[in-house]
Amino acid sequence: MKNTLRQVLHSGKFMVGFVILLTILLVVLVYPLIIKDSPLGIIGQGTFFPPGIYVSTYDSLNAPKQYTLLLTDAAAKRIANKMSNDDRLAMKEWLVADGVPASEIDVTKTASLLDLWEKNYDPKKNIPGMIFAKVRYYQRVNTSVQGLLSTEGAIIASKNAQTGALEQASTINQSDYVNLSQVANVRVLPLGTDNFGRDVLTELIRATGVSLEIGLVAGIVATLIGLSLGLLSGYVGGMVDDVIMFFTNLFTVIPSIVLLILISFSIGQDQRGAFTIAVVIGFTSWVWTARAVRAQVVSLRNRDHVNLSKLSGHSIVHIIIYDILPYIASYVVMALILQISSAILIEAGLSILGLGPRTTEVPTLGLMMNWAMIYQAEILGKWWAYFPVLIVIALITFSMNLMNTGLDQVFNPALRD
Amino acid sequence: MKGYRAYFLNKLLWLLVTFVFAFLLNFTLPRLMPGDPVAAIVSRLAQGMSNSTGMKEVYEHYAALFGTNKPILDQFFLYVVNVLHGNFGESFSQFPRPVADIIKSSILWTIGLQFPAIIVGWIIGNALGAIAAYLKGGFDKVLLPVSIFISNLPAFGMAIILLVMFGVDLKWFPTSGGYGFDLIPNFSWNFIWSVIVHYQLPFWSIVLIAIGGQAIGMRSMSIYELNADYIKYSRFMGINDRKIIGYVFRNAMLPQVTGLALSIGTMVGGALFAEIIFSYPGLGYTLYNGILGQDYPLISGATLIITMMVLIANFAIELLYGVIDPRIKAAQAD
Repeated sequence: MKNTLRQVLHSGKFMVGFVILLTILLVVLVYPLIIKDSPLGIIGQGTFFPPGIYVSTYDSLNAPKQYTLLLTDAAAKRIANKMSNDDRLAMKEWLVADGVPASEIDVTKTASLLDLWEKNYDPKKNIPGMIFAKVRYYQRVNTSVQGLLSTEGAIIASKNAQTGALEQASTINQSDYVNLSQVANVRVLPLGTDNFGRDVLTELIRATGVSLEIGLVAGIVATLIGLSLGLLSGYVGGMVDDVIMFFTNLFTVIPSIVLLILISFSIGQDQRGAFTIAVVIGFTSWVWTARAVRAQVVSLRNRDHVNLSKLSGHSIVHIIIYDILPYIASYVVMALILQISSAILIEAGLSILGLGPRTTEVPTLGLMMNWAMIYQAEILGKWWAYFPVLIVIALITFSMNLMNTGLDQVFNPALRD
Repeated sequence: MKGYRAYFLNKLLWLLVTFVFAFLLNFTLPRLMPGDPVAAIVSRLAQGMSNSTGMKEVYEHYAALFGTNKPILDQFFLYVVNVLHGNFGESFSQFPRPVADIIKSSILWTIGLQFPAIIVGWIIGNALGAIAAYLKGGFDKVLLPVSIFISNLPAFGMAIILLVMFGVDLKWFPTSGGYGFDLIPNFSWNFIWSVIVHYQLPFWSIVLIAIGGQAIGMRSMSIYELNADYIKYSRFMGINDRKIIGYVFRNAMLPQVTGLALSIGTMVGGALFAEIIFSYPGLGYTLYNGILGQDYPLISGATLIITMMVLIANFAIELLYGVIDPRIKAAQAD
C-alpha cells in the first residue's frame, strides 16, 4: 500500500493532473471566503460588459483631491481613443479623392492622419461625383475632429434650487487627474459580465464548485451501481450473470444521451435540481464500470486464495470484501475519476440542450455555456462569456484524465514508457 | 461460410432485441414520470388562455392523440401501430407539420455529416496512435498530451472553438446552416458548393474529437502488442520491421473495431452537439428545436430515430468485425 502510494506520487502525469485539480478546488473553496458577492447577483444593467476595471464617473468627479499632470502625449491618446475606425476610413477616402496618394495615409497613425486632414480638408471644396449627403457627412466629421482638438475643459453645472437654471459649479481641465485609490467606487471585473449583467468570475467559480459536486455525486452513483452489478454478475455467475450482462450490453449500445434527454425532459423544468440531474447522470453511465469490474472478477473468482476462503467457510460478503475488492480497488478508483469527469461533460451537454438543472438557483458550467449560446456570445465576439467556461471544463477533465493515465501506468507496468 | 451465417443470425437477433427494448424505453420513460404528461403539455400550450372550455378541448384533443385516456396496454399498441406506419404524430412547435416529415427532411443531413466524420476521425486517430506507439520519443511525447487534451474538450467546445476561429474571426467558412440561407435546394453548382462550404466546420469538429480518443486507445493497444512475446520472438527471428508492424497493427486494430461498435452511440451523441452549435439542419438541431419548443412528439420521434441509427451502425460494424476477425468464424464453426 505504502509502496503503491509512493509510486503514484512519483508519477509525473498523476501529479500534474492532481496539482491542477487541487488548484481548482482551492480556488473554489477560498474565493467565496474573500469575495462574498452572490454568484447570481445582477450588477450590470445591460449585456456583456467587457473585462476591465470599472471606475465610478461620479465618484471620480467628487474625489477629495484633483491632481494636475502635464503629460505630453495625453491629447494624442485622447483623440486616438475617440476617433472611431469608420471615421478614420472616411477621412482616408476623402483625402484620396482629394488627390493625396493612398500610400501616404496610414489610418492607424492618428497624428499624421489629423495632420493631413488639417492641411487638406476644405469644406467648400467640391469633389466631383460626391453626393450632397456625403459632403454633409464630411462636414460633420470635420466638426467632430475640431471638437476633439479643442483644449478647453468640460464644465460641470448644477441646478439652482430656486430658479432651476444651470449654474457653473466647476470646470474639469484636460490635465486633471484623480488617484484611483481615492475614488470611492472602483469595481474590478476580471472577466466582465454575462448576458444578465452578472460578474462572470464570481459566477464561474461558483459554477465550477457546483459542477464538481454534480460530477462527484454522479460518479459515486455510477460507480456504486457498476461495482455492485459487476461484482454480482462476475462472482455469482449463472443466470444472474446472464441477466445482468444482457442489460449491460443493452445499455452500452443504446446511446445514453437519448436516455438522458428523455428522462430529463420528462422530469420537467421545475423538478430538475442540480442533485436530480447528478443522480440521473449516474443512473445512465454505469455500464462501462459494470463490464470492466465483471471481467476482473471473473478472472479472480477461481484464484487459489478465493477458493481457500470459500473452504474456510467465509460468507460471500466476506469473500467479496476481503478477497476480491482489494484486487480491483485500483481499477474502481480509476473508473470513479473517469466517471466524475465524464459526468461534468454530460451535465454541460444537457444544459446546452436546455435540459440542465433549474436555472434560478445555482449556476453550473453547462448553464453558463447555455446562457452564452442563447445570447450568441460566440457570434458577437464576447469571448469572456464562454471561453473561460470552456477552459475550466477542459482543465477539470484534462487533469482527471491525466491522473487516470498516471494511475494506469503505475498499476499496468506494460504501459510505462 | 456456415460459421459466419450463425454469427450473422446471432447479431441480427441481438439487433432486434435491442431495438424492441429501445422502443419500450422510448414509450415508458416519459410515462413513468409522476403526473399527467398531457396535462403538462396542455398547461404549456394553453399559457395565456383564459377560456376553460377551450383548455378542456385542447386537453381532450391531446389525450385522444396520445391515447392517455386508455389503459396502458392499449396505449402501447396504439403507439406501436402508429410508429410502424411512420406516424409520430404532429409537431407542436411546427404545427400542423407531421413529425415524420420533419425527421425525413433532416435525417439525410445527419447521416451525411456524422458517419463520414466519425469514420475519418477513427482512421486518422488509429493511424496516429499506432505511429506514436511505434516511434515513441518526441512524436509520442507531443501527441499523447495533445490527444488527451483534445479528447477531453467537450464536443460542443471543439465546435465553438472552430466556429470562433474560422467562422467569426477569419470568416473562411459560414457559421451556421447547411447551405446558404438565400438558396433553395437544387442540383446547381452554386448550391452544391454552398453545401460543401457549410459542411467543413461541423465535419472537422467531429473528426478532431474522434481523433483524440481513438489515438489514445490505439496507442495503448499497440504498446501492449509491441511488448507481446510473439513480437519479441519475431524480432529474434530477424523478421523485418515492416512485417512486424503489419502484425501489430492488425492485432491492435481488432479491439479498436469493437471499441468503435461500443462507442458509436457516444460519438453520435457528441456529434449531435456539433450540429446544434452550427445550426446544421440535421437531427441534432431538430431535436434541439424540439426541446426549445417543448415539442414532445418531435423529441420522442427524433430520439427513436437516433437510437435506430446507432443500433444499425453498431450492427454493421459487428458484421464487418465478423469478416475481418478469423477467430469468429473459427469459434462459430466448432
